[in-house]
Amino acid sequence: MTAPFEIHHPGSADRNAPAPVSPRQVPHRGGAENPSAAQIKAKFGAAVRRIDVVWGETTVVVAPETVLDVIRWLHDDPSQQYDYLSDVTGVEFRDLEQPVEVVWHLRSLPHRRFLRVKVQLTKNRPLEVPSVWSIYKAADWMERECYDMFGIRFVGHPDLRRILMWEQYREGFPLRKDFPLRGRFSRAEQLRQALAANPEARYSLEELSIADAFEDLPTDMRQRLRGGERTGE
Amino acid sequence: MGLTNRPERRVVEYDPRSQEGWVATRLDFLVNWGRANSLWPMPFGTACCAIEFMATAASRFDLARFGMERMSFSPRQADVLICAGRVPFKLAPVIRRIWQQMAQPKWAISMGACASSGGMFDNYAVVQGIDTIIPVDVYVPGCPPRPEGLMYGIMMLQEKVKRERMNDSALRNEMEPDPRSQLYIPAPTINELSEPFGNSVHQTRSGL
Repeated sequence: MTAPFEIHHPGSADRNAPAPVSPRQVPHRGGAENPSAAQIKAKFGAAVRRIDVVWGETTVVVAPETVLDVIRWLHDDPSQQYDYLSDVTGVEFRDLEQPVEVVWHLRSLPHRRFLRVKVQLTKNRPLEVPSVWSIYKAADWMERECYDMFGIRFVGHPDLRRILMWEQYREGFPLRKDFPLRGRFSRAEQLRQALAANPEARYSLEELSIADAFEDLPTDMRQRLRGGERTGE
Repeated sequence: MGLTNRPERRVVEYDPRSQEGWVATRLDFLVNWGRANSLWPMPFGTACCAIEFMATAASRFDLARFGMERMSFSPRQADVLICAGRVPFKLAPVIRRIWQQMAQPKWAISMGACASSGGMFDNYAVVQGIDTIIPVDVYVPGCPPRPEGLMYGIMMLQEKVKRERMNDSALRNEMEPDPRSQLYIPAPTINELSEPFGNSVHQTRSGL
């Protein structure tokens, strides 16, 4: 049986490279830069706003309109092969005039590289960045969480709705600095709205794609489902 | 173990001024004795309290001594709902429905600070005490409570069960929530119950 996806082995890009060792004596600022950063700078030029190396990890701040091209290039180009998106998140700073940041954590297994790509969004415009869902399917829930907590809209996401809070949640975006810790509504109103939510609206057992997994089910279960048996109440 | 002495076993006494006859009180005693010593818990474990609950059920503390060794993972066969851990608002309809699915007679234990009062999570996401969602019989304090604490709470519940009377008509009434708001206690009471207390009164992070 062949795997339906390509298996990437760590360090497969250069088999003659020495075995990795844990870095020692890493300086706070100005350590060894990830070579991808300079290559992004060479390819995208002015779109790269800043390159930082903090504790040995490289951060590339790029312009919001180019970030999709940069990440697509990092994923597709044979010299980069960033095949693993480990995180998408947002940052809001306490200073109100500081822009909101969106952060992508990318990892290249073949090259053994880690790169942090950032975008800064000014607050006087709607918080929108392109979704990287078309490149990494893993971005689906991470972008939903980021939207849920910060209200950053990921343009091009196939199903951008709340993931941690329930879908009818109307109080705002909890990790924003202007959000009061206890929420905006009274406790009774919060409880009333929470009790009005239907937890099975989208997450019932039937909906958890039995249809998708049908061929993988055991034979007896397939026969029972064909006969019209259903789970749940 | 550090348990206090076992509470004195209460015997049903015949009070001539009550309307209960000797047969009724004896039957009460028998039924309550049976119920109190075979409480099947429905574990609703959401956080670290559930770990202590598991320890209580495991061999060292051995919940089976109280007739509770059978965890009932179906609410329809459970007698006592043990809510161990914090309940976020998103889980409020879930615990409400589990409680409604349990058959009478049923009781609820709120285990730990978070389930009882919201605990340290005085924030936008956590219910400030599950008594705003379902009626609670015994609150067990602690963060998390030690297994002895939970067992003491269970013994308190057993005492409560043993004092029940068949002719108490209010006892087995299902508490119906308001059909419009789904709240079973008035909104001002919920707000009052959810008021911050202790150190969190002085928290200033709410406003910017």
